[in-house]
Amino acid sequence: MTDVQYVAPGTLDEAVRAFAAASGAARILAGGTDLLVQMRSGALSPSLIVDIKKIGEMTTIEEGPDGSFRIGAAVSGAVLREHPRLKKVWPGVVEAANLIGSTQIQGRATAGGNLCNASPAGDSVPAMVAAAATVTVQGPNGRRQLPVEAVPAGPGRTNLAPGEIVVSFTLPPRPKGSGDAYLRMIPRTEMDIAVVGCGVSLTLDKGTCIAARVGLGAVAPTVLSVEEAAKALIGSKLDAAALDKAAAACRAACRPIDDKRGTVAYRTQIAGVLLKRAATIAAERAGRN
Amino acid sequence: MAKLHVSTIINGEPQEFLCDAEQSLLDVLRGPLGLTGSKEGCASGDCGACSVTVDGRLVCSCLMLAAEAEGKSIGTIEGMAPGDRLHPLQTKFLEMAALQCGICTPGVLMAAKSLLDRNPDPTEHEVRYWLAGNLCRCTGYDKIVRAVMETAKDMREAVR
Repeated sequence: MTDVQYVAPGTLDEAVRAFAAASGAARILAGGTDLLVQMRSGALSPSLIVDIKKIGEMTTIEEGPDGSFRIGAAVSGAVLREHPRLKKVWPGVVEAANLIGSTQIQGRATAGGNLCNASPAGDSVPAMVAAAATVTVQGPNGRRQLPVEAVPAGPGRTNLAPGEIVVSFTLPPRPKGSGDAYLRMIPRTEMDIAVVGCGVSLTLDKGTCIAARVGLGAVAPTVLSVEEAAKALIGSKLDAAALDKAAAACRAACRPIDDKRGTVAYRTQIAGVLLKRAATIAAERAGRN
Repeated sequence: MAKLHVSTIINGEPQEFLCDAEQSLLDVLRGPLGLTGSKEGCASGDCGACSVTVDGRLVCSCLMLAAEAEGKSIGTIEGMAPGDRLHPLQTKFLEMAALQCGICTPGVLMAAKSLLDRNPDPTEHEVRYWLAGNLCRCTGYDKIVRAVMETAKDMREAVR
């Protein structure tokens, strides 16, 4: 038996205190779908597990009076899916989170865990990047907010300071005529890890794109916000030329690895394909909102 | 290290147990609690043989710490048959031979019940996606999917 300890504090202050006191040897437990696998394989042996699911702020979804959403870091994919308003306003964010694993995994896996596990292929992250989500973190020195794309530092590493915990995601108020979408390429129909993932969020005004963001996953050490692709969409009517230009910007942003699941050339090519398809779906949704 | 004391509800009955921090719920169910219906196939959340419900939500009990069961209501395959009568899914699986070796069956049944509790009239597509996290190396899935569809139909007709 190892001497790992488990605590499930009821407040964020207690959680931060316990997490910071263990100085690096502690792990946060949200859904546990990555953590428990890593512990069992011997990749991780924390001295302390801090279960954050008894903290109300981290397990709830709130819609603000301005139309923004605050999603607790420990909300499961199943709960995201069942939220009637979130799915309507941010279908791309919800579909991205829901692509992760099976029904059973969805019952536990969280967007906070997906972000902090810091896999370049995490499905919810490109959609959150496209949505311009900000992340609230709390640590020994208080609270701060940062853009979601600033959290991952590389495979398995984050830019969070010691003792900091991701508390929630905030999705900004949604102007009329907005839509988002997330697509990923996997070699099978389900239960696989993205070879490329692409999230697009945009706002249309009389058919012209007036705002756009693009998140790209699994093609670099971290999920990317591809500003050049967004620029190519903004001001256009999402015609073939604009989509080609945005797709080229996505391909130019790729710095992927070759592995058994996809080559550099394949991932790069697919990044452009997914951008076009996701932008088309997002635009179609925007037309209905 | 002192054991953790956990108070929970299992299949409707209050239950207390002691566990180590890193023990999974599956370990405790199969070990000290003697509920060996839930199986360990992969221990990494891929196969679904350990499926249970936690406050009505389907999860892999191998990917949950036993300590997390504190204050929760756990449902296992042992609680599926009301008294001496099998659940309609169990009966149909027998009738239609929707199992061979049986290792995956408790998890498949728990997952299928969780689907029918939410959606009494699923399409075949919905059944296949809902059960995608339950691996079976014997049946080829077709019999399982057909048994779930048939049970759903019978249960809908019984309600009428």
